[in-house]
Amino acid sequence: MHEMSIAAAVVEQVGRVALQRGATAVTTVRLDVGELAGVVPRALDFCFALACEGTALEGAALETRTVPARARCGPCDVEWHPGMPPDLVCPRCGGARAELRAGRELHIRDVEWADRPLHTHG
Amino acid sequence: MCRTTDLRQAVLARNDDSAQALRAELTARGAIAVNMLSSPGSGKTALLESELALARERGVPVAALTADLATENDAKRLARAGVPVRQVLTDGLCHIEAVMLRGYVAGWLPARTQLLFVENVGNLVCPAAYDLGESLRVTLVSVTEGEDKPLKYPGAFGLANLVVLTKTDIAAAVGFDQETFLGNVARVNPGVEVVFTSARSGQGIGVLLERALAVRDGAEVHRPVMTRTATHDHAHSATGHRSPSLTIQHHGHGHDHDHGDHTHAHDQQSPPAPASAAPHPDHDALPHSHRYDHPTVDRW
Ligand SMILES: Nc1nc2c(ncn2[C@@H]2O[C@H](COP(=O)(O)OP(=O)(O)OP(=O)(O)O)[C@@H](O)[C@H]2O)c(=O)[nH]1
Ligand SMILES: [Mg+2]
Ligand SMILES: [Zn+2]
Repeated sequence: MHEMSIAAAVVEQVGRVALQRGATAVTTVRLDVGELAGVVPRALDFCFALACEGTALEGAALETRTVPARARCGPCDVEWHPGMPPDLVCPRCGGARAELRAGRELHIRDVEWADRPLHTHG
Repeated sequence: MCRTTDLRQAVLARNDDSAQALRAELTARGAIAVNMLSSPGSGKTALLESELALARERGVPVAALTADLATENDAKRLARAGVPVRQVLTDGLCHIEAVMLRGYVAGWLPARTQLLFVENVGNLVCPAAYDLGESLRVTLVSVTEGEDKPLKYPGAFGLANLVVLTKTDIAAAVGFDQETFLGNVARVNPGVEVVFTSARSGQGIGVLLERALAVRDGAEVHRPVMTRTATHDHAHSATGHRSPSLTIQHHGHGHDHDHGDHTHAHDQQSPPAPASAAPHPDHDALPHSHRYDHPTVDRW
């Protein structure tokens, strides 16, 4: 269960940026999680709430967007959805030359927070 | 006042930066790390015992670090090969991270080491997500675990540069279906080499050492499809485990949040957070609970 480590990393990164920007309370954190990122969104949700306790993120909502996987074989110019479990063999040539266009994301997309009035910022 | 800010940060950016730094440090001293992943009891330690002994016999300077939730059993077994061994106890954590490995390697790994074998915590899920700065990632599975494991753990098998099947001496007894297994591996990781081994019969012993030495000497490793991610082809890692940048992007316009009441503050002038290459303060001072004769043991 590395979702706890993932949640802690999210809280740390968001917390650091929030501090830099003078944010007082983070209300929402939005994540992109690829189908093949190896992270279970529901487990992450649970861990996120725990990891937020006692930080500027306490009570923040986590919104996770699942990014579907897409593979592409360049030489054949075919793109496909590998499915789960993923099939990464090119459906046209049967070869191993594909690349993954999407599906392994584990990104903090954006963050919403309350802060001091805007005019205090340069 | 409420505002939304684009962050576009990779959650594992810090780990990936440490991994990148460790890979570079090792390369600079003519060494590489080999990251060994499998479920508990697949035979990582047994195989490693043979490979380390062989390396010692041939005069190849190797070292091993083994991570477990508890006990120093593995380090004791590995130390019998007569090479430097370090035990890391994770106190419950299911995987190790690059920051930690980097901390352990610093000040311990003998200067002349060419290969550092890292036996990860027995677990096919979590360790797969963490690049440790290895140049060769090996996923092992024993014949007793079933042919479908590559499909159930696509992360572990899909990201491997090399797959090792262990305990082939008992394959017949458990009715292991080799063809189905190889088909499943090829589905999630087409083109990856599968090595058959048995610590009992001696089958395939020495192959891992050979492959690792080849990588150390600059041989191309197999790049799994899952690591060939289109937008990150500048990734510098030998394994292709990409290291997404930590840059915070500020988008001046084209923002599509439909919350009319939000102020979208994209303060262009604030600098991106620095991608710190230094170990995290938490891991700067690694506790050395005790050192004894051969294996070194750490807790964290
Ligand atoms: N028959 C047979 N048994 C093996 C082989 N390799 C390992 N074993 C046995 O499998 C069990 C587990 O082996 P280990 O080497 O401890 O496995 P491991 O992957 O290091 O286990 P953890 O570190 O606990 O995850 C032991 O009882 C070994 O004796 C093999 O090639 N053949
Ligand atoms: Mg072991
Ligand atoms: Zn093709």
